[in-house]
Amino acid sequence: MTDSKYFTTTKKGEIFELKAELNSDKKEKKKEAVKKVIASMTVGKDVSALFPDVVNCMQTDNLELKKLVYLYLMNYAKSQPDMAIMAVNTFVKDCEDPNPLIRALAVRTMGCIRVDKITEYLCEPLRKCLKDEDPYVRKTAAVCVAKLHDINAQLVEDQGFLDTLKDLISDSNPMVVANAVAALSEIAESHPNSNLLDLNPQSINKLLTALNECTEWGQIFILDCLANYTPRDDRESQSICERVTPRLSHANSAVVLSAVKVLMKFMEMLPKDLDYYGTLLKKLAPPLVTLLSAEPELQYVALRNINLIVQKRPEILKHEMKVFFVKYNDPIYVKLEKLDIMIRLASQANIAQVLAELKEYATEVDVDFVRKAVRAIGRCAIKVEQSAERCVSTLLDLIQTKVNYVVQEAIVVIKDIFRKYPNKYESVIATLCENLDSLDEPEARAAMIWIVGEYAERIDNADELLESFLEGFHDESTQVQLQLLTAIVKLFLKKPTETQELVQQVLSLATQDSDNPDLRDRGYIYWRLLSTDPVAAKEVVLAEKPLISEETDLIEPTLLEELICHIGTLASVYHKPPSAFVEGSRGVMHKRLPARTGSGEGTECPDVGNAAGGSAPEAAPSIIPSQGDLLGDLLNLDLAPPTTPAVLLPLMGAGFGAAPAVMPASLNAPVGGGLGDLFDLGGGVGMPMGAYIPPKTVWLPAMKAKGLEISGTFARRAGVIQMELVLTNKAMSVMTDFAIQFNRNSFGLAPAGPLQVLTPLGPNQTIEVSLPLSTVGPVMKMDPLNNLQVAVKNNIDVFYFSCQYPISMLFVEDGKMERQVFLATWKDIPNDNESQFQIQDCHLNSEAASNKLQGSNIFTIAKRTVEGQDMLYMSIKLSNGIWVLAELKVQAGNPNYTISLKCRAPEVSQCVFQCYEAVLKN
Amino acid sequence: MIGGLFIYNHKGEVLISRVYRDDIGRNAVDAFRVNVIHARQQVRSPVTNIARTSFFHVKRSNIWLAAVTKQNVNAAMVFEFLYKMCDVMTAYFGKISEENIKNNFVLIYELLDEILDFGYPQNSETGALKTFITQTGIKSQSKEEQSQITSQVTGQIGWRREGIKYRRNELFLDVLESVNLLMSPQGQVLSAHVSGRVVMKSYLSGMPECKFGMNDKIVIDKQGKGGASEEAAGKSDLGGSGGGGGKQSIAIDDCTFHQCVRLSKFDAERSISFIPPDGECELMRYRTTKDIILPFRVIPLVREVGRTKLEVKVVIKSNFKPSLLAQKIEVRIPTPLNTSGVQVICMKGKAKYKASENAIVWKIKRMAGMKESQISAEIELLPTNDKKKWARPPISMNFEVPFAPSGLKVRYLKVFEPKLNYSDHDVIKWVRYIGRSGIYETRC
Repeated sequence: MTDSKYFTTTKKGEIFELKAELNSDKKEKKKEAVKKVIASMTVGKDVSALFPDVVNCMQTDNLELKKLVYLYLMNYAKSQPDMAIMAVNTFVKDCEDPNPLIRALAVRTMGCIRVDKITEYLCEPLRKCLKDEDPYVRKTAAVCVAKLHDINAQLVEDQGFLDTLKDLISDSNPMVVANAVAALSEIAESHPNSNLLDLNPQSINKLLTALNECTEWGQIFILDCLANYTPRDDRESQSICERVTPRLSHANSAVVLSAVKVLMKFMEMLPKDLDYYGTLLKKLAPPLVTLLSAEPELQYVALRNINLIVQKRPEILKHEMKVFFVKYNDPIYVKLEKLDIMIRLASQANIAQVLAELKEYATEVDVDFVRKAVRAIGRCAIKVEQSAERCVSTLLDLIQTKVNYVVQEAIVVIKDIFRKYPNKYESVIATLCENLDSLDEPEARAAMIWIVGEYAERIDNADELLESFLEGFHDESTQVQLQLLTAIVKLFLKKPTETQELVQQVLSLATQDSDNPDLRDRGYIYWRLLSTDPVAAKEVVLAEKPLISEETDLIEPTLLEELICHIGTLASVYHKPPSAFVEGSRGVMHKRLPARTGSGEGTECPDVGNAAGGSAPEAAPSIIPSQGDLLGDLLNLDLAPPTTPAVLLPLMGAGFGAAPAVMPASLNAPVGGGLGDLFDLGGGVGMPMGAYIPPKTVWLPAMKAKGLEISGTFARRAGVIQMELVLTNKAMSVMTDFAIQFNRNSFGLAPAGPLQVLTPLGPNQTIEVSLPLSTVGPVMKMDPLNNLQVAVKNNIDVFYFSCQYPISMLFVEDGKMERQVFLATWKDIPNDNESQFQIQDCHLNSEAASNKLQGSNIFTIAKRTVEGQDMLYMSIKLSNGIWVLAELKVQAGNPNYTISLKCRAPEVSQCVFQCYEAVLKN
Repeated sequence: MIGGLFIYNHKGEVLISRVYRDDIGRNAVDAFRVNVIHARQQVRSPVTNIARTSFFHVKRSNIWLAAVTKQNVNAAMVFEFLYKMCDVMTAYFGKISEENIKNNFVLIYELLDEILDFGYPQNSETGALKTFITQTGIKSQSKEEQSQITSQVTGQIGWRREGIKYRRNELFLDVLESVNLLMSPQGQVLSAHVSGRVVMKSYLSGMPECKFGMNDKIVIDKQGKGGASEEAAGKSDLGGSGGGGGKQSIAIDDCTFHQCVRLSKFDAERSISFIPPDGECELMRYRTTKDIILPFRVIPLVREVGRTKLEVKVVIKSNFKPSLLAQKIEVRIPTPLNTSGVQVICMKGKAKYKASENAIVWKIKRMAGMKESQISAEIELLPTNDKKKWARPPISMNFEVPFAPSGLKVRYLKVFEPKLNYSDHDVIKWVRYIGRSGIYETRC
């Protein structure tokens, strides 16, 4: 016997025929007819006209027929509420049936009939069934409470069903417990504040016991419910975790994911130094990996969740990169998700492998996948600096394939790479420009235009390129129009002479012929800026761009926390909070991760403190943040602000010329003579010792200066202060036209001559330059006192940095004071001006110390020994005539020296002390 | 929870439609057909959101099963349920096809009413369902029978009924492994893992308490070297000594168990104890990545001779004991889309160019261990102006070997049934190992 014939009746008058059959006396015929009705119902035909006839078949002892009639009832009762009443009697009777299967069937079906009148009659049978002796009936009745609540919430509360349902949580049968939990959770969701699921350690314990015994589905209900509980403290949290972890070995992926959800949530409360915390982290990885051998649909759900988990706790899966490699036969949705996770897990340790994979993927068939793979290569470059070069060359290879969408995608990511590593890969611009014509997507066009604008000074025909885009200005998308406007303005600021016309054209296109308010506004702003204050325009348009972040597409932390609480559910698949896709009151409640309890906080706070304390290195070279002020200062030194930046160079040149070159300009003058003199002064000390020269430090990293790296130090040689610079070109292009300028500073330091870089500096070349300094420049007190702000210019741009020089550079050779004068001065300087310092861990005896100091023009005038303590009296003269007097106490066997400094300008004491320390320890 | 469940044929006609929740209307049936089944492009996600309604679908041959909901349901559970639904249907009427579904639609509705209540999955173990949902119409049940049914459906051991009797107590264990490999053209293993299953077929009387043991590294290390062999099951030498030879124990990355296994006991003592369902069940699944025996090595050599010719040479080497035989060996060598003709020479087996599949398929019936064989092919290409290079899909391979590539061995399976008078020794046990290729690919 087959049932498919029921699907084939399409005759007219069918309803009439069916009616006759339904009223037949023969049981078999009746059953056949009901089957036909159900088949028609399934394919969407309206058979509601047969309602009374079908309901008449309900009174039967044939369970199969009864079920079919019930199915019909559930479908049509709502459209025929009056007639549905006819069925009530049968239901009530069935609820008393000796067969538990029939009792359950009746109560199950009644709950699905959403007719108010029937609902009223349901209450009594339901009450009985909730206390039925048979667990099968009870578990069905538990769900029925949820059904009834969905129809009439008030009725359920009035009838006290909620309390009965709560009692069922303590039922002896695990399946009853599971269904009661499911029903209560659902009801609680629509009453966010009802405290229905009054979870406490006792009820949690019951749930955990039932967890071990119930069906796989029941385990899911219980775990999902547990995830809503917030343990009182970390100990409770740990004990729940311990009882949930065995679920990670369940064959049902949903059980595993729900267990992961509970663990991820409760882990928040565990102190990180706890051994168990580490154990738990380790236990999470294998089951997550195992999920990837499930069916593809489940893999997809698992991958979407892993994406969240990796963002929240990257340590769990950091060693599991390989399992996310894409298989050739994976469905596309699995491939795309795996790719996402691969990028998140990419690190220096595995980057070679990842890149090799991504390169493979970029040759696959699926366009979306290939695009994403190309984008991924770019993201790797940004994330792992060491791989950047390899990524760029891979991208270039891909561009050579000329496959249109690959090229476009590659250009979009290369733009980001340029932003991340300025002045490193600009040599590829030429290759990019070759593909200009093939770009038809707005994002790629905008990226290309940005590149042309940003590097206009290095692209000979930048104006032509931009002009070619300008022709179809109005057909471009807004993204491209905005980018084009900015790019042309940049070009103008960089090459003002040739591009006047172009900029006029784009400004008028943007402001007069466009309906887009964004475009118009930006156009007007540029126009006004350019016409009123070109300097400001340059500062605004060519301002340093903020760094781009390593990670993209990161989910915002509060949303991530919420989604972690929804692991396994649709929210975690969509990566959206439930409120974004669920209607009504359900899911409006925002879930949050629990806060760590007391002991946890204790361990974290000191770390933060340390970090804050340690992150303030004092003498590290710093990049001047507010360029604007400095630029103003530098330019004000000379004349009125220039009208266009193009004239900056001659102006600065004039500035250099204006600084009087008092000091001899011999750059690498032999130091021998000077040293000889020093030795004489030192009274024939055996060991040759020169002035202390601090080691070279990087003042300007290449990252901040478009590839120019500057490191250096200061030295005083033969009475001449010298700034010793090492310039390294880390960019791809040749650098020429170097010049240097100082801002006003505390001691009037100024270059005594031009920066002597006579040959162009090629890529990867390094040059060492000594710049003699004078001390007759303009003076302005700096903070710290020995801070020096420097501007260096080359053919690319002007760069600013600041550095600190050791004040010992300013100690002059004739700083030896007469004894009498010393005594008088010491007395003369008020005691308030005296400052005392400790120099620790210095293992020189007084004699050696004295010799060493003398090399840096700190002269010992007298020495006295009192009770095994050597007192050394010293004098120092600064280049601006300030005298500093010092008393150094050296005790034999004690590595800690005490130094007292007296000076009429006490501000310098700190710097002088630093010099003492530096000189004595080197 | 699940709001409705629909089954469609490949044309998008509804075969089964069961709505559980009021928020799912008839239009949902059509929305899925229009937006997913009749969609122009390939399916991009197994979860689709159409007008705030979410559709989960799986496909079995050309039948679509879709679960519908408007709530934030447990997505993993919905898919697990859909798979389970397929298993149950298969257990009742065999293959899931349009014809079978139409023939059994009354049964399917009955099942759907039982295993899904208000969208909450209920007991879906076929063993239990078959006791009271039958195709033979009414079966008069005595009161005892009825309560036995309900206690089984809701009970702690929902997968087994009481009072099973066999004259001969017998059990079969199949260790089925699929070995997966991705190898670079240079022979470097990019990734390899074995995913295995232990399938148990048992015909045991009463409520037997079983304990399963294997050469799990953690257990072996815990026991020390002394007691490693004493408990080995009588039949475990049927093929247990694999190709790689004397590996004592294996490191299992992760394993999952049938719901009959007591997970808390495994977590605490790593012992696998359970009361099995009657008949067949998948006792456990596991995954290993360490020290995998790769039964075959594929060495590809592809040379492009000019624009219109490719020369391909592929060598396969078998890497296991010479006394064992691999079967059903198939090597699939992809060819470019613009292939016009292929000449193949192979030393062993048969090779054919299949234009419809864009591949050369080389089949060898049997091959012993430590042997090698070779195929060479000349592929003529039509000149094209297609700029895009041929993607060179990997060479894939299929085979079956009579050992477990992971090195897993069954050490024992002990049976205790305290109430009936048969002991562990009376049970006849069989163990079989089969290693199959999963995704076994070598890039070329």
